[in-house]
Amino acid sequence: MLDITPTEWTAILLSLRVAAVATLVATPLGVALAWLLARRQFWGKSLLDAAIHLPLVLPPVVTGYLLLLSFGRRGLVGAFFADHLGVVFAFRWTGAALACGVMSFPLLVRPIRLSIEAVDQRLEQAAETLGAAPWWVFLTVTLPLSLPGVLAGMVLGFAKAIGEFGATITFVSNIPGETQTISSAIYSLIQTPDGDVAALRLVVVSVVMAVAALIGAEWFARRATQRLHGN
Amino acid sequence: MLRVEVTKQLGEFALEAAFESEGRVTGLFGASGSGKTSLVNMIAGLVRPDHGTIVLDGETLDDTKRGLHVPTYRRRIGYVFQDARLFPHLDVLHNLDYGRRMNRLEEDTAQRKRVTDLLDIGHLLDRRPGKLSGGERQRVALGRALLAKPRLLLLDEPLGALDEGRRAEILPYLVRLRDEARIPMVYVSHDAAEMRQLATQIVLLRQGRVTSFGGVKVLSSMPTQ
Repeated sequence: MLDITPTEWTAILLSLRVAAVATLVATPLGVALAWLLARRQFWGKSLLDAAIHLPLVLPPVVTGYLLLLSFGRRGLVGAFFADHLGVVFAFRWTGAALACGVMSFPLLVRPIRLSIEAVDQRLEQAAETLGAAPWWVFLTVTLPLSLPGVLAGMVLGFAKAIGEFGATITFVSNIPGETQTISSAIYSLIQTPDGDVAALRLVVVSVVMAVAALIGAEWFARRATQRLHGN
Repeated sequence: MLRVEVTKQLGEFALEAAFESEGRVTGLFGASGSGKTSLVNMIAGLVRPDHGTIVLDGETLDDTKRGLHVPTYRRRIGYVFQDARLFPHLDVLHNLDYGRRMNRLEEDTAQRKRVTDLLDIGHLLDRRPGKLSGGERQRVALGRALLAKPRLLLLDEPLGALDEGRRAEILPYLVRLRDEARIPMVYVSHDAAEMRQLATQIVLLRQGRVTSFGGVKVLSSMPTQ
């Protein structure tokens, strides 16, 4: 039963690539926004917070369609990226990564924000009195101390990105080898007569990956906490 | 030389303090709630005064009239907090080295040896702060502040979080520091005995105002606690 066919392998590897790229690109942005939300007061803060959380509550189809409108070839942002940076999102795996990144972003930001909020600001003050400029305070004190949260956010975001379906299929469709991730492959197989066994194989694969991600997140968080808290 | 002339409204509490110190150790003395910590935080640059000036060795650090405020990290003023505030993710060696690296100073192993000897912390270098006793933590915090080569050292009740025995353990180090390190200090405490041992000059604070200023003998005018 676990005789995975080349097409299925393609979908699995594509899912991993899409989720990995989405997570790696989203993390620096997520850390920056989490820090802003945790440490700064500014006009429009709750608006920014709402915007980050929007993909969590909007129907994924809506998010996907909005991405198509803005990041499609004729979309304002999409045209800019295509003309000036040579990056095309529509119906490409890059678009799948974008959709997954947007959908998983709230899950990525939240643990990071919480862990930055938990960093003792008195330590940041101490660093300042020792001559550390704000940027260095962030790099040498705030970031290392919130590392467990950053890792947890990355794993959570990655897991969400692997499973993303609605926004991805709406934005970049379901093209084998280009945008067909595990989720859309399972969807296609279910629609095909006699596709059940193949679909089940992929279901098993995605369950295994999800469990591994959760265990991994737990392990990382525990190790990092131990390392940080002086033992 | 440190010259401070500041006012700051903190809720109901009004701080209005002016003093000038030449001494090696200026003792800021007063009961809790008299505004000592707020004053020290202003000298460190962590809190901005509402009005006034702070001048250290001829350099103006705060001047509200001119809108001047030198940020904390450019002041080169060391600060030893009551609660040590060691970085929990770094071992003692890297805690000690932090200020040197942030100020991009040359590695100075001789100086580090002097300071670790002075404070008897040489055997703790590879430990994490979580594994130190309260007294050890406070000695490392002192060493960390010293090794950043500050122009002035602020000590905010550095013995406040320690029990009697530990205090007696640290006090001699502070005396050695005063006599050997050649860094002017501002020492905050509400303990008259500590002040008599350490300070060369006293600023008496009461409810946010400087009530007297002078040699250690001003302490004798205080009711004993």
